[in-house]
Amino acid sequence: MYPAAFDYVAPTDVDETLGILADGGEDVKVLAGGQSLIPLMKLRLASPATLVDINRVPGLDLIDVTDGHLRVGALARHNAIARSDVVATENHTMAAAAPWISDPLVRNLGTIGGSVAHADPQGDWGSVMLACGGEMVARTANGQRTVAANDFFVDLFTSALEPDELLTEIRVPRYAGPAGGTYLKLERKVGDYATVGVAVHLELNPERTRIDRAGIALTAVGPKNIKAIEAEQMLVGEAPGDELFAEAAARAASAAEPRTDVRGSAEYKRAVVATFVRRGLAQAAEQAGRA
Amino acid sequence: MTTDTVHETTTPPEVGGVGHSVRRKEDDRFVQGAGRYVDDIVLPGMLHLALLRSPVPHARIVSIDTTAAAQVPGVVAVLTGRDLEGYNLAWMPTLSGDTQAVLATDKVRFQGQEVAAVIAESPYAAYDALDLIDVEYDALAPVLSPQQALADGAPLIRDDKEGQTDNSCYRWESGDKAATDRAFADADVVVKLDTHYPRSHPSPLETCGCVADVNPATKHVTIYMTSQAPHVHRTLFAMVAGLPEQNIRIVSPDLGGGFGNKVPIYPGYVVATAASLVIGRPVKWVETRTENLISTGFARDFHMHGELALKRDGKILGLRVDMLSDNGAFFSDAQPSKFKAGLFHIVTGSYDYPAAHVVTEGTYTNKAPGGVAYRCSFRVTEASYLIERLVQNAAYELGIDPAEIRMRNFIKPEQFPYESPTGFVYDSGDYPRALQKALDLVGYDELRAEQAAARAEGRLMGIGIASFTEVVGAGHGTEYDIVGLRMFDSAELRVHPTGKAILKLGVKSQGQGHETTFAQIVANELGIPVGDIAVEEGDTDNTPYGLGTYASRSTPVGGAATAVIARKLRAKATKIAAHMLEASEDDMEWEAGRFFVKGTPSQAVTIQDVALAAYSNLPEGMEAGLEGVHYYDPPNMTYPFGSYVVVVDVDADTGQWSVRRMVAVDDCGVRINPMIVDGQIHGGLAEGYAMSSMQFITFDEDGNCIGSNFMDYMIPTAWETPRFELAATVTPSPHHPIGAKGVGESATVGSPAAYVNAVIDAIAHLGVRNIDMPVMPARVWSAMTDARAAQG
Amino acid sequence: MDVTVTINGTERHAEVEPRVLLADFVRTHLGLTGTHIGCDTTSCGVCTVLLDGTPVKSCTVFAVQADGRSITTVEGLRNNGELSAVQRAFKEEHGLQCGFCTPAMMLVATSLLEANPDPSEDEIRWAISGNLCRCTGYVNIVKAVQAAAREAQTVGAEE
Repeated sequence: MYPAAFDYVAPTDVDETLGILADGGEDVKVLAGGQSLIPLMKLRLASPATLVDINRVPGLDLIDVTDGHLRVGALARHNAIARSDVVATENHTMAAAAPWISDPLVRNLGTIGGSVAHADPQGDWGSVMLACGGEMVARTANGQRTVAANDFFVDLFTSALEPDELLTEIRVPRYAGPAGGTYLKLERKVGDYATVGVAVHLELNPERTRIDRAGIALTAVGPKNIKAIEAEQMLVGEAPGDELFAEAAARAASAAEPRTDVRGSAEYKRAVVATFVRRGLAQAAEQAGRA
Repeated sequence: MTTDTVHETTTPPEVGGVGHSVRRKEDDRFVQGAGRYVDDIVLPGMLHLALLRSPVPHARIVSIDTTAAAQVPGVVAVLTGRDLEGYNLAWMPTLSGDTQAVLATDKVRFQGQEVAAVIAESPYAAYDALDLIDVEYDALAPVLSPQQALADGAPLIRDDKEGQTDNSCYRWESGDKAATDRAFADADVVVKLDTHYPRSHPSPLETCGCVADVNPATKHVTIYMTSQAPHVHRTLFAMVAGLPEQNIRIVSPDLGGGFGNKVPIYPGYVVATAASLVIGRPVKWVETRTENLISTGFARDFHMHGELALKRDGKILGLRVDMLSDNGAFFSDAQPSKFKAGLFHIVTGSYDYPAAHVVTEGTYTNKAPGGVAYRCSFRVTEASYLIERLVQNAAYELGIDPAEIRMRNFIKPEQFPYESPTGFVYDSGDYPRALQKALDLVGYDELRAEQAAARAEGRLMGIGIASFTEVVGAGHGTEYDIVGLRMFDSAELRVHPTGKAILKLGVKSQGQGHETTFAQIVANELGIPVGDIAVEEGDTDNTPYGLGTYASRSTPVGGAATAVIARKLRAKATKIAAHMLEASEDDMEWEAGRFFVKGTPSQAVTIQDVALAAYSNLPEGMEAGLEGVHYYDPPNMTYPFGSYVVVVDVDADTGQWSVRRMVAVDDCGVRINPMIVDGQIHGGLAEGYAMSSMQFITFDEDGNCIGSNFMDYMIPTAWETPRFELAATVTPSPHHPIGAKGVGESATVGSPAAYVNAVIDAIAHLGVRNIDMPVMPARVWSAMTDARAAQG
Repeated sequence: MDVTVTINGTERHAEVEPRVLLADFVRTHLGLTGTHIGCDTTSCGVCTVLLDGTPVKSCTVFAVQADGRSITTVEGLRNNGELSAVQRAFKEEHGLQCGFCTPAMMLVATSLLEANPDPSEDEIRWAISGNLCRCTGYVNIVKAVQAAAREAQTVGAEE
């Protein structure tokens, strides 16, 4: 119920933050929204020696469009993303996913950066990033690098971030043409982790006769968020249609690695993956048709 | 006689007697955040207690090293079972005549069992110290179900009990086996059902806790405690701790919900009190949510086998039930001592048939102790669920509409008082009327037509019915006692010279609105406005002895006591009024707060006038004051009832289901405050939804508890919780002074079967006849998949 | 560390370890016990306070994070000694039974109505879906929010 003791520092700019991370080593943890970290600390499943509170660092929560990308600062709160007109226009998958995260109170503090860095396979943003071709921008005292979503989620609760790296922003390429996307989640109640989550991203050619880009990623059915690559690849170059989507759904279901638990059997979860991929593709295609 | 008149009143709104939806007096403090819950209490010098709990379900304790823990700054003491043994407090008696470990000595017998205690200046320091206590366990094979418990070669869990050679906890039987066998021999059809009512937990939002304050000089003990039964707890503390009862004061302040969770005595209370006694400072113990879910009184966990014998025309001939109960590591249920399975034998339900035989067996397992909790009315939830599921399945088996089969079998209004095959005497009811009202409100015939059309399109929708009979108001002293204390209840009423009054009760609200509703009973009898009547509960120094609030007993028993004593005071007031008006007592009339002489209404005195006179102008020889206390022994239980109809839509691909309609017709007799009655029903329908759809505590094969925090134990939010449509009939209880029956638990008793019957109804045409609760989407999907496979 | 907050309009401060939760800070160090604690997994919401006007679960914020910021708790809902519209509506509509979730529900309702003065039932249920209640089944909580909204609209219309 009560965390172990720790040292606390609240830098007021990025460079100061990076300096602390560079010196700190393994036992320094960044505190963003805290909605994943603080619960772990209260149960003493995590006991960092030092917490670096980055909430007073300005400029890390911007949401805008530059360089052909939708850029969302790591400190952007889930609710800010859910309410953002920019996101609503620029990326339907993100806009659809944001309201599904946890509950409204947690969404007021939880951040996309914190969530993504936490690399929880039950985390919704991870699948959105994989489906939409997201990139994570990480900075150290010495420089900056961009990590593609494919390379960012390494394992259970393990991201590609080094201890001295600060995730500063998430970038998603803008739609090249008519596009749609959605996020479907089966949860027992608001605030429950997903039994199954599916992120779908579809971009069509200007005539809307052909799929140019497809993204399908799965939440809570593996040790990390899963990109259903085979399913995506079989969609590219094809005309959108129910039979095609059903086939892709079956492929996506075989890409899942669900475990049987209280939320359902592995077989059940695969069946839901298939249903959600099928429905998600249909919704995304319909959106792209109207775009 | 049943009416639909919910709002019958005999007092004007300014007085606010029975039938008025008076706004609650207690709300003023709650909406200002000025409620006083146990954790809000801070005493000078107060210390904090934290408990170390076993991570394993069954193990010998090899050693406990507390040296490092004791050295954490701020830690005042670290206690183990060995320390408590010195005070004869390592074990304590339970409310069911068993014993329970306070701090484990020889073995741990469930995951989460109390093993050691830290008392420190701050809770943070206490938790730091807990981390440093080193316990060595020698793991034993865990017993995780009643079936495992009774199997040959099962590990003996209660090797601490002399003479205990197996894991059987109790055996109890009711009804007539021979008559039931004859009925079954005569049947055309026998419908069977095996169903597990899963373990769940009442989980009020405020966890359990106490502040134990032993005055070192006077040895007076004040325990602020989350207690639904403060007087019983005081007596038990006196017996357990050997402290003189007149020196113990239990104060149960505002409670953030109870639902039966705050009836048992938990080790934390005992350790806190012992610590305060030894250290000489107040000690606060407030458990975490995880502790609450993993160790305090859980609910349900009945493995039920039911058989219904019927004629082809749907007439029920008899019922057989075999039930195995999972009681956890200690038999600690709070229930009437003569009924080991509570009132489960009401399982015959709302139907008229002559024969039933109910066999129940309880077992120990390596899980937390408990079972009677979560608005179950002493196991009526389990009973009602079984019979309503059996009747539904019988309807399918015989091809009779589920509403029709109930109508054919209901106990008829003219048959009351009705003696059931297991010995209950149902006081009053009109079951067909309630069901018909529910069917009309929901539009039953149109829904059945829609269902037929939907099935043709491959769309899944279901209609579920539950027609329950509750039994509450424990109870008559010769049959109902807890640890020997008879289940009467009490009301002490005093009217002051200025015409205001104070009512003190032996029951204890946890949110049911007693400060308002019990004042309304007095207002009804004496004409004193509700706002002028203070109601006090929970402080054992200031209230008459009562058995507390649970099993919906406050209104039937405490409410009756209140009405009786108020009437006694009115009788005395009548004498005083006669004296004031220089009339004969026989010539006095009474109307809503005024006494007047027959035929001359202008010659009157108000109750307020009489109150003053009781201290200043008395008839010769009459004792001063206007007060009294009554201990009410109910002649019978009361039998609220109702019919619920649920309509669901099921997603054929994912198994998700949503409630389209939930129509609830309740009959709890006379409604003291209709607004509060509806509120109780809303809460129960929501909890019933939770149990039926998503909520349970389970264990993996290693005995780890799954469901010991709110990430795993699902409490629905406003988003999932269905909307409810409420209606009522009113069939007063013939034996209750104001005809009221009580309602707190009706909706948790009746609704789970309605929800589950609805989901099963949606896929019954595939051959599905059972899905155990919680009916999660995965289970619906599996049922459909299995049914389709079976059909080939 | 010294933590200074403006709470319900008044500046208060206390010296606390970094690990002290905001919920505990408010209850223990500032003596305002209307904010409650109901769980240990950030799931129940009874600890809700407004942090710079935004509803948050105060059990999942460290007090040190709130340094220099403003907090509103249930004790701050009254205006000029009068119960707020939301508080009066909860009383009138029987929107509470045991009262334990009530401070949190009222704060979320207050925040919702500021952003959305005429919410639909769905919007209300969605807004409070981070706050659990065991007693009411949420029915009368929704009615209370609707009643408070209606009152504000009537007052607004009159002005």
